[in-house]
Amino acid sequence: MIWNEEIECINRKELEEIQLKHLKNAVERAYNNVPFYRERFDKIGLRPEHIKTLKDIEKIPFTTKDDLRDNYPYKMFACPLKKIVRLHASSGTTGKPIVAGYTRKDLDIWSECVARIIVAAGGREDDLAQIVFGYGMFTGGFGLHYGLEKVGITVIPSSSGNSERQLMLMQDFGATIVVGTPSYVMYLSEIAEELGIPKKNFKLRLGLFGGEGHTESMGKELEERWGILATSNYGLTEVIGPGVSGECIYQDGMHFCEDHFYPEIIDPETGETKGYGEEGELVITTLTKEGTPMLRYRTKDITVLNPEPCKCGRTSLRMGKVLGRTDDMIIVKGVNVFPSQIESVLLETEHIGPHYQIVVRREGYMDSLEVMVELANRELVDNFRALESLEENIRHKLRTVLQIDAKVRLVEPKTLERFTGKAKRVIDLRKQE
Amino acid sequence: MFIKQISVFVENKSGRLADVTRNLGDNGIDLIAISISDTTDFGIFRLIVDLPEKAEEVLLKNGFTVSSTDVIAVSVKDEPGSLARALTVLADEMIDIEYMYAVGKNTKGAVVILKVNDIEKAVKVLEEKGIDVLPAEKVYSL
Repeated sequence: MIWNEEIECINRKELEEIQLKHLKNAVERAYNNVPFYRERFDKIGLRPEHIKTLKDIEKIPFTTKDDLRDNYPYKMFACPLKKIVRLHASSGTTGKPIVAGYTRKDLDIWSECVARIIVAAGGREDDLAQIVFGYGMFTGGFGLHYGLEKVGITVIPSSSGNSERQLMLMQDFGATIVVGTPSYVMYLSEIAEELGIPKKNFKLRLGLFGGEGHTESMGKELEERWGILATSNYGLTEVIGPGVSGECIYQDGMHFCEDHFYPEIIDPETGETKGYGEEGELVITTLTKEGTPMLRYRTKDITVLNPEPCKCGRTSLRMGKVLGRTDDMIIVKGVNVFPSQIESVLLETEHIGPHYQIVVRREGYMDSLEVMVELANRELVDNFRALESLEENIRHKLRTVLQIDAKVRLVEPKTLERFTGKAKRVIDLRKQE
Repeated sequence: MFIKQISVFVENKSGRLADVTRNLGDNGIDLIAISISDTTDFGIFRLIVDLPEKAEEVLLKNGFTVSSTDVIAVSVKDEPGSLARALTVLADEMIDIEYMYAVGKNTKGAVVILKVNDIEKAVKVLEEKGIDVLPAEKVYSL
């Protein structure tokens, strides 16, 4: 089934006409309403009317996460707050989040895009979907929620946490779709196993996974454990949230909602545009977003775009799995973590040295984060309470900034590795799976 | 009167205790009492040695995280209830014991190392009650 056949199976020429029309509007709106964009354009003598073809998008300067941070909280908004009906936020590099504002129309478009992805993955009106994403400022919960309702699917908004209760609801309500991060859904299956709940008690048949990437082997494992089709979808708060692209039942790349989001692949070093099939950084321009329009937003995600028509009949570009990041961001339990966030906490903490090491592990199927720091003040050595409260203090501050729990480990001075060039602060042991 | 105790921060990884004691042994430093307390990822290795200044210097030079702390040593008779009598004196005076451990050498009675929150007062009240508080030189030469 295809949710919006007219657009999803459109011929590419027609799509490009729609994209160009939208792009011109988007540029005009951004230029006229967001001083940030106007300054960027004026600085290089670019005017909205210079955008005459889709190719002309390459004249527009990139927008980066730093730009969004510098304009926190409202300076990227292209309309007055009274037109904004929702705010979401994602973690930034310094503890200040990235803010996205949605007008009524933005929310409608968001639901439309998510609906396409749900139906592409095989979701139907008679399904019951349990959302085990956290609700709140994170776009995952609400994004999927409204898309599912738009399709007519019964939503069970159980949110994350309280795993035993999740499993009870899942059985009693007869959920057929599970929506969440792959690691949490994997964890749920382990809990179900521990509790001795037989597989036949569950009616799940489909998983809609996002918020973090997952390897093919983890997808297979999820499919086996739950007896589901495990599909991936992609999105980011900066451009809207989930709904940017998602896999169809053939699981061969994520179909891009190109009438609303214009994708490009660039060389992250030079900024030059790369062709289809070439690996590079994904750059997205929002074509219709009113609240917080993004022109050439650098996602920092490395992927490829595939223009071949899909077996499913959709003509949209398909985005490959995210192969990596251009920065050192790590995703732990579905939460973006930047080493710089951890560094800022450590630098303002007394009694420890400036060096640190971050170790990410997957214990079972749950991520864990450990931060190792060197004890610098030997005055504390004889004082157990001081050492433990130092660890506790760092843990608490990390929790405030990162929103997740980290294990803090004090180590002896000068034992952590020193780097002369670019520091490799993160040891991600999950990659060895 | 006070005894200098050496405390070493040790990570929970194999060989660290051996490293500390080897460094001391190589420098002719004699151990009089040792104690270790640990959490899951680090421990505090506490030592009474015959040459505390030298021990601290040697360990610092070899990259260990070391501090020194004043503690007292109490000699009690080797018979039931004698330690309790000494500790009761402290309790009656509201002096808290942060930690304590026993000397590992053969002595006539038993020698216990105490870290208290008010060391001067502790020595005073113990002596007033006739408890034998050992002077530093005596402990270092045990």
